[in-house]
Amino acid sequence: MDAKAIHDALVGRFGEKILSADLEAVSPFAVVATEAIVEVAEFCKSDSALAMDNLMCLSGVDYPKEEPPRMEVVYHLYSYTHHHTFALKVHLPRENPAVATVERLWGVANFHERECWDMFGIVFAGHSDMRRILLPDDWEGHPLRKDWEDPEYYNGMHVKPTEQMAERAMGGEAIGVGPFDFTPPNANVETE
Amino acid sequence: MSSTGFAPPPGDTWDYDALDTDEMILQMGPQHPATHGVLRVELRTDGEVVRAARPHIGYLHRCFEKHAENVDYPGVMPYADRMDYVASMGNTLGFALAVEKLAGIETSPYVNTIRVIVAELQRIASHCVAIGTYAMDIGAFTPFLHLLRDREKILDLFEWTCGARLLYNYNWVGGMSHDLPDGFARATRDLLREFDAVTYPELVDLIITNKIFIKRLADVGVCSTELAISYDLTGPNLRGSGLARDLRKDAPYCGYENYDFEIPVGDGRFGPLGSCLDRTWVRVVEMQESSKIIHQALNRLEKMEKTDVHETVPRRVKPPKGEVYCRSEAPRGQLGYYVVSDGGVNPYRVKVKSPCFTALSVFHHMAKGMMIADVVALIGSFDIVLGEIDR
Repeated sequence: MDAKAIHDALVGRFGEKILSADLEAVSPFAVVATEAIVEVAEFCKSDSALAMDNLMCLSGVDYPKEEPPRMEVVYHLYSYTHHHTFALKVHLPRENPAVATVERLWGVANFHERECWDMFGIVFAGHSDMRRILLPDDWEGHPLRKDWEDPEYYNGMHVKPTEQMAERAMGGEAIGVGPFDFTPPNANVETE
Repeated sequence: MSSTGFAPPPGDTWDYDALDTDEMILQMGPQHPATHGVLRVELRTDGEVVRAARPHIGYLHRCFEKHAENVDYPGVMPYADRMDYVASMGNTLGFALAVEKLAGIETSPYVNTIRVIVAELQRIASHCVAIGTYAMDIGAFTPFLHLLRDREKILDLFEWTCGARLLYNYNWVGGMSHDLPDGFARATRDLLREFDAVTYPELVDLIITNKIFIKRLADVGVCSTELAISYDLTGPNLRGSGLARDLRKDAPYCGYENYDFEIPVGDGRFGPLGSCLDRTWVRVVEMQESSKIIHQALNRLEKMEKTDVHETVPRRVKPPKGEVYCRSEAPRGQLGYYVVSDGGVNPYRVKVKSPCFTALSVFHHMAKGMMIADVVALIGSFDIVLGEIDR
């Protein structure tokens, strides 16, 4: 099936819950109402004409400058039976984004959703193991959000180049950053 | 009656149930030699049997996705190289294909043929490491030395081509960094002549038809096709479970549809289908198929009109606003790039679907009920590279 046929099948079954779609895009997608994502995904997987048994990728994207500002979770689906691909999207608010998990349908969603939580702070309701995956457990914040700012310190280590380090770097000096910078924080205080 | 099934002797007040051993938490890694990098696996063991397993990853996290948002498209290439450092060509090829698809760049057949050659050489080199280290994991040291010796010859070719042995930055958006050097075809044919006649038969003899190897692995780590699809195992791991799916056939890129090659599939001839042996078997046979492809590509290359490899490299890569999800068949499975462009010089978002990441997600499921020694065999059979999992 091509993207249009898949979209028609989804609209025929769910109507209003398919909010919009872009079928001319390089990778066509449809935007699904947040509360309906599990049933739409389940339909995509179990319907014999669609049979999208493979979740290729699950990604979060942050769009703070759109109107209204939003976050997206993108599900890229593939069918091993029919060899067609399609993408589903949900739009979430940037404050406390949350969506239901699809872990029950595709086992791989477990890891992808954990990564999405780790990087974007999107909560997947009903997930069996909602912990950070790539970043350390005591990390604060979600770094792939567009409004992310590097913290000054992490566990007592410089993780953000200080002004004085920047100056030395501009002067052509090779300096270490992160845990390898041993410059004391007050080294720029004049001692004379 | 105690839990051991024997009646206690009269007058015995010992609590035999207390003899039941507690479950023990065993931390395997991150510096364990069999974890292929820095993977920590938390095992809850009852004696030798694993009751539950939990992989902990992230030790090699280098913020690839965040870096990619802060550099321009060609600047992402060196970072992409460093994800799967055992098979760098596959990574950069995937990213180049994704951006080209988004920007509508069509590369010439000459460039495509070069890409096929280096990608397949890389596949052989990568499988050399995969099979060699795997054999070492389960106790055979010699194959590792033999295979690294053979990989070295391919790395020499790459060094001659682009100056680097491990991280090449050879694929560019819209082309390659250099043309192949003069005499490359001849040198590659020499290499393949040795590979086909000596290396490959030796490898088959030494490992994959070795009775000890077969007995050790034929029943271990069985992954059904449904499980493999649900957890998105791809590449040799999926084909080891008996499903003949290969992007080079299903959704050809770089002109793979013009080459004649087979997709090796695990057949479970020595045990249940989808075992560790089947996955390794697929990798071994794939090396031979890659060799076939390279032979054809070299023939084609010599007859082909040479074009400038920088011909379609854009001066400034600025794809129109939009997004693309592009997959390619890297040595470890399907490598997917989800690239979002806002029309600027930097990518708005780059997400990598790493085949090793998804392969590790099934680990806890399969490790349950295994012996500890088999956990080592299981991790190795997925051929994971932690650099790609953690990105």
